[in-house]
Amino acid sequence: MEISNIWYFLSGLTLLSALMVVLAKNPIHSVLYLVFTFFCISGHYVLLNAQFLMAVNIIVYAGAIMVLFLFVIMMFDLRKNQPESKSNLTKLAGSVVAGSLLVVLIALVRQNNMVPPRASGFASQTGMVETLGKVLYSEYLLPFELVSILFFVAMVGAVLLGKREAGERNF
Amino acid sequence: MDLFNSVFIAKASFIGVIFLITLGVAAYSTYFERKIAAFMQDRIGPDRAGPFGILQPLADAVKMFMKEDFIPANSNKWLFIMGPCLSMLTALMTSAVVPFGDTITMGDVTFDLQGIDVNIGILWVFGIVSLGVYGILIGGWASNNKYSLLGAIRAASQNISYELAMGLSIIAILMMTGSLSTKAIVEAQQNGHWNILYQPMGFIIFLICAFAECNRTPFDLPECETELIGGYHTEYSSMKLGFYLFAEYINMFISGAVMATLYFGGYDYPGIGFVTEQLGATAATLIGAGALIGKALAFVFIFMWVRWTLPRFRYDQLMGLGWSGLIPLAMFNILVTGLGVLLDQQILIGIGGVVVFIAGIVVYDQLFVKKKLA
Repeated sequence: MEISNIWYFLSGLTLLSALMVVLAKNPIHSVLYLVFTFFCISGHYVLLNAQFLMAVNIIVYAGAIMVLFLFVIMMFDLRKNQPESKSNLTKLAGSVVAGSLLVVLIALVRQNNMVPPRASGFASQTGMVETLGKVLYSEYLLPFELVSILFFVAMVGAVLLGKREAGERNF
Repeated sequence: MDLFNSVFIAKASFIGVIFLITLGVAAYSTYFERKIAAFMQDRIGPDRAGPFGILQPLADAVKMFMKEDFIPANSNKWLFIMGPCLSMLTALMTSAVVPFGDTITMGDVTFDLQGIDVNIGILWVFGIVSLGVYGILIGGWASNNKYSLLGAIRAASQNISYELAMGLSIIAILMMTGSLSTKAIVEAQQNGHWNILYQPMGFIIFLICAFAECNRTPFDLPECETELIGGYHTEYSSMKLGFYLFAEYINMFISGAVMATLYFGGYDYPGIGFVTEQLGATAATLIGAGALIGKALAFVFIFMWVRWTLPRFRYDQLMGLGWSGLIPLAMFNILVTGLGVLLDQQILIGIGGVVVFIAGIVVYDQLFVKKKLA
């Protein structure tokens, strides 16, 4: 089988499941389609020989963040919170905004004359853990450390928000 | 097509064998669970189907398939069916990266006794483990039952909490081996240099997290009968329930195999050089695979032993242990391992770390915890 056929199949699947995220009526279905979309994107990483990114994408997004999403949405009483349908004005405004965003994006791509990467010059080991680690810890050390500080601050903030204050009830 | 060459056939048959072994072990785990429970409670246990009751798993399977397959009226039908399927799928996927043995040469083909040797092996395990909760979460929600939902939510929060400590305990292993590949981790442990000697604390953390990830007692709050009827599988019947229970036993076996791989030398066993000399490399490899499965079965026994010995945690105790017990401990373990790697004295510092930790606990207890005056 040609590898490009796999790519077309995978891309089609990705777009389809991403569309279903928006179109599904049930929020739980939306979340599950989003999880599936992440899997398709991980498949693209595998095709690019970026195994580490694939694993991390699954662990962080599919495995942790989406579980929390599902967790929160399950707590809602879906039947009560379902609005019958949005008003026509909202739909119209939404279409206009999304359409103009699409126009801007297409214009941007056309203006920039993006050169597609050549397959022949592509180093196959770029996405491997060793290469990635060496690049991160030598060339991009400062940004890497800054990002880790950012994460740390976010973590401390989350703990602080979640902390029960003195005298507050359990729930 | 050149896809179907001899390596492909060898790999496919190997994966089929692993699949069958896993299912067989899981089926007989149910029998041994009941036998061990019976022994610990001074009973006889199942003894009617066949000699010593060894046909009991077969009888159970027939019963499960024959029962009425019931789907609750107000449930979400597709998700209700998807729940047990996802549980089985994620349970069976982990074994792909466990190296069951060294290479085998058949004719002119040499292949590894391992499903896929990727250089992210341990991350694969970690990723699949983190997906394992979806089956429970979806099944519990789709049942449209408050008890199921509570069980599912408990499962989700428990798995997410214990994954962190599990990941941190794996990091200490990675620091020593310098590779994410499970094969490389096993090869670094050959000739008796098992990681359990270097990482006693990491192993204890990993073991506790494995209990929590498999939803086994004392961490089986998602299916806590006294509070939640049956937990996430309250509404399930027939083979769908069977799949949920089966997935738990598969998870136990596979996590035993992963623990053997990470901490107990994988397919290494004493006297491997002697066996290679006497019987040839193929026999040595096969005995190695047997050794790995034996180690995994020993872990399955420990899972059962603990189940019939310890009572269940309370929910706040569970969360307290995960977040304020195991995670700081795993961080401490990483520091100790780092010191060990730096000074090249890994056994000494690994054991020294445990001693310092226990001493610290005792001192803290003596100084700061107020004792009730008896």
